[in-house]
Amino acid sequence: MHPAKSIVFFTVVSGAGYGLLVLLGVGAGGGLLAPRSAAGLTGLATALALVSLGLLSSMFHLGHPGRAWRALTQWRSSWLSREGVASLATYVPAAGFGICVYGGAMRWAGVFGVAMALFAATTVVCTAMIYRSLKPVHQWHNRFVLPIYLMFALSLGALWLVMVLRLSGAHATPPLYLAGAAVLATAALKLRYWSFVDATAGVPSPESATGLGRFGAVRLFEAPHTGSNYLMKEMGFAIARRHAGMLRRLVVVVGFSTPVILLALAAATSDRMALVFVILAALAGTIGALIERWLFFAEARHSVTLYYGASRT
Amino acid sequence: MTDLPRPAADAKKLGLVIDLDVCVGCHACAVACKEWNTGSISAPLTDRDPYGAEPDGVWFNRIHSFEVGIGDDGRTVYFPRSCLHCEAAACVTVCPTGASYKRAEDGVVLVNPDTCIGCKLCSWACPYGAREFDEDDGVMKKCTLCVDRIYDATLPEAERIPACVAVCPAHARHFGDLGDPDSAVSRLVAERGGYDPMPELGYSPTNKYLPPRPRPGVAAPAEDEPPAGFGLRALERWADRLFAR
Repeated sequence: MHPAKSIVFFTVVSGAGYGLLVLLGVGAGGGLLAPRSAAGLTGLATALALVSLGLLSSMFHLGHPGRAWRALTQWRSSWLSREGVASLATYVPAAGFGICVYGGAMRWAGVFGVAMALFAATTVVCTAMIYRSLKPVHQWHNRFVLPIYLMFALSLGALWLVMVLRLSGAHATPPLYLAGAAVLATAALKLRYWSFVDATAGVPSPESATGLGRFGAVRLFEAPHTGSNYLMKEMGFAIARRHAGMLRRLVVVVGFSTPVILLALAAATSDRMALVFVILAALAGTIGALIERWLFFAEARHSVTLYYGASRT
Repeated sequence: MTDLPRPAADAKKLGLVIDLDVCVGCHACAVACKEWNTGSISAPLTDRDPYGAEPDGVWFNRIHSFEVGIGDDGRTVYFPRSCLHCEAAACVTVCPTGASYKRAEDGVVLVNPDTCIGCKLCSWACPYGAREFDEDDGVMKKCTLCVDRIYDATLPEAERIPACVAVCPAHARHFGDLGDPDSAVSRLVAERGGYDPMPELGYSPTNKYLPPRPRPGVAAPAEDEPPAGFGLRALERWADRLFAR
């Protein structure tokens, strides 16, 4: 599948923002936020900036962005519509959370925070379900996609949270371990997913796609057109195994190993160096996630390619 | 509305039946479809750089050619691919704006070009590649089953069929109500064993494909047959040697 830059950017950056909102909300609900907490307010502002930037970016993918408000109407049947509703709904408890933290009403901040966390998590679930529900794409239509989207949101959110905490003068080490554990859990899930897609293929074949398998093997003799078309550009995009392998290693090194090492270093050094390390960790994690999301599209094979010469998806 | 409709008891299931035994791969149906949807009341279809190095455009109907089997069982089959107007059309349910819809009265799946935002999710949801994005209009487009022909009372009744069906010179395309077991198309499907492509995905297409008929057995030429007449074979071999010098 053709990786649209606007969508890759949106799912990663907004995902990080929603993950950060979940952690802030749960933290507030658990009484971990101090009244008028600088970390809480900075975190909220950062998270909402990430979310908003991502949502704006996703509009560039549309043929008619001016009609985008219509995408809120079909939530009864469409995951994309549900994602739109949830993404906008999240701003409401987030605003309440912000006002309460600023005003020092920490019990109400906890209530709004938990609601904010629920809406934010729901939005990420809806995003994942858009892909998970698509039957023609074997690499998306499986049980790994939902946990992966959630874990990337949480681990990126944790990396950004750690950075926000350090910038706000909170020097506790437990958040470093939490973020490290989240990154490691995400890595384990992602590696398991890659084994799965390498070992399995979609059920449809050229024989079932044409129904001509009863006569023997089906091979494309002549494509319907000599040039390209929308289907081949959008669904026929394929990355070579060799290049995918190199990019996967890059994801592991930049997106998983580097942040974990930097977090460990931050736990062991002085506060000034630790700040540099956690900023680099958030950066590395985000870059790694962008490469991972690009690959998530590039390694996906759509069943329409079976009509255009693919022997399996 | 992107929920799938609950059809009424007397609702039709309009669709096409495509006979793969007869199709000769002439692409007339593809051209007729393109012409009807560009030259009549429909919005023009994209046709970029048509005489240049990289032509690119939207077609609702595309004809693939497949080589199937080997040896005596082998054959070339031409496979026209267009929207199958599925009963469990995921392209309808994934649409966030309601632009993609399935009509309750006849089961035709359509796109409303005034409300489509061009997010392309419907084309991802369709396993058959029925929907294409029109870069010039910014909306998704697909086979309309010629709703602007089949219900047009100003056309003579015989012409109120989809353009692709009307033009096919081999009579490989048929149109009718597949929900009526007594209709001509339904009987054709029953007689010839019409099938769904990619049935394992569960989209329940309305259109059906009729499989190529099995070939009558072809006897293999016998080797080392005794020559007819008096040593004609020896004469042939001598003639070959003579003319080979």
